[in-house]
Order: sequence, then C-alpha cells, then structure tokens
Amino acid sequence: MRLFPRNSAIHPKAHHPPYKSSTLRAPSHRPLQLPSTPTEETGPVFGHDILGPLDADLTRNFGATDAVALGPQIIVHGRVQDETGRPVPNALIEIWQANAAGRYRHRNDEYTAPLDPNFGGCGRTITDPGGVYSFRTIKPSPYPWPNGPNSWRPAHIHFSLFGSAFGQRLITQMYFEGDPLIPLCPIVSAISDERAVDQLTAPLDLDATQPMDALAYRFDIVLRGRTQIQFENRRDGL
Amino acid sequence: MHIGLTPELAGLTGVYPADLGREIFIDKAKGPGIRIEGTVIDGAGDLIKDAVIETWQSDAKGRFDRQSTIGWGRTSTDLNTGLFAIDTIKPGTVSVEGGHTLAPHISVWVIARGINAGLFTRIYFADESVKNAADPTLSQLSDQTRIKTLLAQPQAPGLYRFDIRLQGDEETVFLDI
Ligand SMILES: [Fe+2]
Repeated sequence: MRLFPRNSAIHPKAHHPPYKSSTLRAPSHRPLQLPSTPTEETGPVFGHDILGPLDADLTRNFGATDAVALGPQIIVHGRVQDETGRPVPNALIEIWQANAAGRYRHRNDEYTAPLDPNFGGCGRTITDPGGVYSFRTIKPSPYPWPNGPNSWRPAHIHFSLFGSAFGQRLITQMYFEGDPLIPLCPIVSAISDERAVDQLTAPLDLDATQPMDALAYRFDIVLRGRTQIQFENRRDGL
Repeated sequence: MHIGLTPELAGLTGVYPADLGREIFIDKAKGPGIRIEGTVIDGAGDLIKDAVIETWQSDAKGRFDRQSTIGWGRTSTDLNTGLFAIDTIKPGTVSVEGGHTLAPHISVWVIARGINAGLFTRIYFADESVKNAADPTLSQLSDQTRIKTLLAQPQAPGLYRFDIRLQGDEETVFLDI
C-alpha cells in the first residue's frame, strides 16, 4: 500500500513569526519529497492490552478512587478515516489537556491557576472497527502563555494519532465551536486554510449529549490516505 | 514536552503504568544492541529540551513487524541536559519491490513546542558506506553534502551519535515521504 503525497496546503506552516517559538525551530529547507517506502507504509500495531479500564475517562482516571474531576463534563467523540473515506480501525488516539482552570499537571507549567487533585489530564483509546472513538473528560479552560504580552490559547485538547502506517503519524489540536479566542491564536493562524481550521473546531453535538450529565462535541479526524496506486508525480516538486 | 505522550518524563505518574514506547525490542537477542545518543538543536544553537522523538525501524533482517509495537520507540530529550538516547538493535537492509534495497535506517519523527507539524527524518549509519551509496533515498538528495546530516557517527562499539539540527549550515535533511 502506497501513501498519498501529503497536502501541504492544509497543514500548518513551519515558520510562522506570530508564533515566536516557531522562528528558531522551523527548518529553512523544504522537506525532501519522495514516494513512500515500506518504512513509512508499516507502523506499530497497538493492542487493547495496553488500555486500562478508565484510560478513556479523564474525569476518573487520576486521583482518589471514586472521585471525579472538577469542571463541566463533556463527551468528545468522532470517527477516524483516511483521505479515501475509509474508516481507520485500531488507531491509537492519545489526548492531553489543561484542567477546568487552564492548568497542566506538567512540571514546566508555571500558570498560577490551581491543580485539580483528581485530574491528571491525559487519556487514550483505540478506534473500533468503524474507526469510531469516544472520550469522557471535562472542558478545559483557555490559558495564558508567554508568546506576546497578553496571549491566550483557546480552549483545546491535544490529539496524537497513529494510523496503520508510521507515515500517517499525526499530532493536532481540537478546539471548541464558538470560542472567540480561536481567530486570535497565532498557533491556529499557522494554518492558512480556513476550512482546515474549521476541521479542527468541534461542533456541539446535541444528539450525543447525555441529558442531565454531559454535553457532547464531535471531532472527526482525517489521516493521510493509502492506496494500491504507485505515485509517479510529486505534488510539490523537490 | 507533550505531557500526554511521555507523562512520566513530564512529571505525571498515576494515569498509566508506564510511558509507552520506552522499550523498542523486547527481545534484544534479535540483533546487535546499539545506543544512539544525540540532541535537538534550534536555530540559535540552543538545545531543545522539550522534544519528543519517535522511531520506527525494521529488525536486524530488514523485516518490519506488522502485528505489534516491536520496532517502535518513543523518548524525549532530557529536561535538564537536552540529551536523548535510543536503545535498540541495528536495523537490517530492507528489500523493496523491483529488487531495490534500502540501506539500514531508522525512521524518526520529532515534535516539540514551536514545531507546527511533526518532522520526519531518517537515521542512517556512517559505518555502512557501501549500502548507503546504493540507497535510493540518499541518492535523491540534490545536495550530496547534506547526506552527512542523516548519518549516525560511531563513537565506540555499539554507540552512535546523531544530532538533529532544525536550522543553520548543517540543517538536518527532513523528509516528506
Ligand atoms: Fe496546550
């Protein structure tokens, strides 16, 4: 199985001066474009044996037994598919996020907002045969960060995905519909295609809401496609 | 550093039993054990101490495991020293369709704050010069002087050095592959 060439138009620009950290970390050469080889067309296969019973429930997977994390409970769910529209089953999804006050449980997070003793901030799951996944968590808060004099990240959840090939490896962020901080964020604006930003913005999904319990947000993810066709032409040239 | 990928290294314990990917080959007897050490260096020459590095490779016979996570590893640069270390076995020569072969190599994926999309590169081995000369990826490089940025240099038996430079004269060759 070959991998489709990546569509660089939908991915964030490496060098994006409004996002200060990118200026010294963006390679100045364009990456060398080549057809995929077995190295990119294969990848690790994760079994359900790595999953603990609460791994996909961030409201309960850390802290005291029977305690629940503080904050608005939400369901985040969706479907993982590739560019050909085929569902991607058995994909490991790892997520991490700040708590309901905007604080990470990370040794380098210096924000003064409080930690929640019952919120760790990470979870994981594996997609089902239809590529479907679901997490329960709390809605994270926006947080300030040292980019400009007054920079705030929109509320977001970090997502990491494995498809069936290492060349499909993806890390991204999910935002919440209606957040006024989204268009102000220099990390978001590294993506120049507005539709690509929309794809990262999860709409409220009233049908999946749990009444008297949790709102639901829908986040579908598209991974790079695989095909039997061998590509002769490179999309961007060398 | 990404707390959800290496929670233990970020100071978060108690969600998972251990960080994933710390062990690349469960049975080291499958090939000669090697260690690859290095750093990730930004455009100012400073070490990046919050990079996560994932690797994927074949076994010593050039075969990719298709049933498990054997051959996949995840580590990060040290929060204090900036050093990363990959403990693995030396991969073999990979045969591909059409009778071509790929020189022994390890696929590398690097992410960190300020890296907006994960960067792919490959580790080849400086002590495999004959196989490297026949490798189809290395031969595609229009500027052959940049090949050295893809070569892990032997330091001692079983020990290699591979630094990743994001910018500058010796910028690492990154791949869109
Ligand atoms: Fe974040």
